[in-house]
Amino acid sequence: MTTMTFGRAITAGLRRAMDDDPKVILMGEDIGKLGGVFRITDGLQKDFGPHRVLDSPLAEAGIMGTAVGMAYRGYRPVVEIQFDGFVYPAFDQIVCQVAKLHYRTQGAVTMPITIRVPFGGGIGSPEHHSESPEAYFTHTSGLRVVSVSNPQDAYTMIQQAIACNDPVLYFEPKRRYHVKGEVDEAVDPASSDMGAARVITRGTDVTLVTYGPLVPTARDAAVAASDDGTSIEVIDLRSLAPVDFATVEASVRKTGRLVITHEAAQSGGLGAEIAASITERCFDHLEHAPVRVTGFDIPYPYSKLEFHHLPDLDRILDGVDRVMRRPNSLSGLEGGAL
Amino acid sequence: MTDGSSPDLASGTVHPGPSRPGADELVQLVDPHGVRHPHGHYDALVADVDGPALQKLYEDMVVVRRIDAEATALQRQGELALWPPLLGQEAAQIGSGRALRSDDFVFSSYRENAVAYCRGVDLADILRVWRGNASSGWDPYTINMATPQVIIGAQTLHATGYAMGILNDGADAVAVTYFGDGATSQGDVNEAMVFAASYQAPVVFFCQNNHWAISEPVGLQAHVPIARRAPGFGIPSVRVDGNDVLACLAVTREALARARSGGGPTFIEAVTYRMGPHTTADDPTRYRDANELEDWAARDPLARLATLLDSLGLLDADYTDSVKATADAVAAELREGCLSMPEPAPSDVFRHVYSAPNSWLDRQQDHYERYLASFGPDGGTPQEGRR
Ligand SMILES: Cc1ncc(C[n+]2csc(CCOP(=O)(O)OP(=O)(O)O)c2C)c(N)n1
Ligand SMILES: [Mg+2]
Repeated sequence: MTTMTFGRAITAGLRRAMDDDPKVILMGEDIGKLGGVFRITDGLQKDFGPHRVLDSPLAEAGIMGTAVGMAYRGYRPVVEIQFDGFVYPAFDQIVCQVAKLHYRTQGAVTMPITIRVPFGGGIGSPEHHSESPEAYFTHTSGLRVVSVSNPQDAYTMIQQAIACNDPVLYFEPKRRYHVKGEVDEAVDPASSDMGAARVITRGTDVTLVTYGPLVPTARDAAVAASDDGTSIEVIDLRSLAPVDFATVEASVRKTGRLVITHEAAQSGGLGAEIAASITERCFDHLEHAPVRVTGFDIPYPYSKLEFHHLPDLDRILDGVDRVMRRPNSLSGLEGGAL
Repeated sequence: MTDGSSPDLASGTVHPGPSRPGADELVQLVDPHGVRHPHGHYDALVADVDGPALQKLYEDMVVVRRIDAEATALQRQGELALWPPLLGQEAAQIGSGRALRSDDFVFSSYRENAVAYCRGVDLADILRVWRGNASSGWDPYTINMATPQVIIGAQTLHATGYAMGILNDGADAVAVTYFGDGATSQGDVNEAMVFAASYQAPVVFFCQNNHWAISEPVGLQAHVPIARRAPGFGIPSVRVDGNDVLACLAVTREALARARSGGGPTFIEAVTYRMGPHTTADDPTRYRDANELEDWAARDPLARLATLLDSLGLLDADYTDSVKATADAVAAELREGCLSMPEPAPSDVFRHVYSAPNSWLDRQQDHYERYLASFGPDGGTPQEGRR
């Protein structure tokens, strides 16, 4: 076991994937000498050379499109999108090419591309630096989408993503890059499944589902709630597409109550998909309709107001009160005109 | 009316202008030692720039360098979240910015604070975004300058479309877009050049090649001088010494005149240098050689104009004192404007998402206001604290 930060764990995972497979190639803006703006590729160009760690021209569509070409040629490109808000110039290549090539070629061509995206807010940044665009990608068939929440998963899942023969969006919660944790570097990535959700806190009254940056917040909420006698089961989804509904369903069958929290906007978000799917799967076991605690349906706000937009412990507990049928902020809004 | 576009406009005719320098030649009127060199073509374009006008250009550069230093200090003191310095690029921005007419319209990136100064921006407005207090600093129509663009290169298309509108209106204003060397790799910038040439839109592409895109040297974006790319799109281009304010003024005036008279777009590559970090969050020692900075310090845009003014007897103590007093006053106003900026209210997050009431959002706002009210009269304080 080694203690390392979240960011360092990703670096270590990348390094190991590059050691294990010479076809793994890194591409992105400022990932060479600088080591990326978050230093995730720190030292890799020095150790593996500029032919395996490529500083790319400033063009995301170009990065993604050439990654497609490299994948055609048998490489496993790992591309870094500098910030969430800069993934959109690459969106066309991701949606029309990366996601569809396996289907289009009837399985002849694989696209084992990993697209790393530092995402989410809470770091006081200007516009386009704090977004949560995961639902655009979970809505796109042909892509796998994961989000990591702790150093061990960061280390293991980056290797699993790279080894995966389907394209993977790997969302890194940038506000947690400095969180430290124990990492077992000897763990064999093939021994676990990145598609599996994980129950991180056991509980019996409410199932609280989240992923990425809000996992620590959800865990804190469970601790706070247990002080008040409410037992929350926290699930870290890890994989956002496909969602491991079996794990979520098993929990909800036990608790009868579901709260989903994410930073992304509410409407059309992942929370809506989870609420609908779980309702379909185990309606008769629900004591209350699922409740979403999410960012608002607004462009990510300027930093002085970002902590109003981002779900926090109190807002999550307000959602818990709702499913527990206690007084809550939605009380009285039920029959409203809006 | 036939199809609405004149065949002449659609043909993409290039108006190269008289005796233009070769594409790679660097237009320079004042060299790094402050010596004014005559120029067969460009002298005529700055014939009106007399002693007092040169002094004003110098004052502008001193003031914007001071704004930049004060903003950097405010960031270091925790009053701004981030700041993108323009240190070293004063001549490119003042020379071009002062060439513009008030009815021209600017579409810039985040680094053109000196251009905003030329447009007459309220000083505190420059800082609103960087302090995190607002989603933008000013109403674009009050100073005919769009608020800074962060998505690299996107603004070049906006300028081109605005210029297409000018053309349709039969007006003689010009849209001017500012972007960096890194931006020239983006599809948007290249598409903007296609559109601008196709419609012969009155747009000026002002590229500040400051040699760096964060940690990436310009050689990663372009293997030949960037200015060479534009002629391939059918757009005349010019390379100018971006640290020579007079030359920047001259080439921008020429480009504007061409655009006003139906001559279509021009591409200007102003060769300059980013003397500071990319932003206050950047550490350039990780990727660039200190010697490079030294070389460029010897080509400093302010120093060379000061030397020229001195050689003309225009740099006496009265003048330099008054420039310093102006810069001090501007810096004080900037700081005061920053510190006295009103704090936004929580429900401001819901404003301006749409131009009309929206049922989804109205419900969320209503819900959140009830939620805050449940904490009592002071409202809720989100856990992670306010920044
Ligand atoms: C679409 C997009 N990709 C990446 C970024 C991150 N980024 C911000 S500034 C910058 C470098 C820009 O370089 P250049 O165009 O030369 O302008 P300069 O900063 O030198 O003024 C990068 C990569 C961004 N803002 N937008
Ligand atoms: Mg640059």
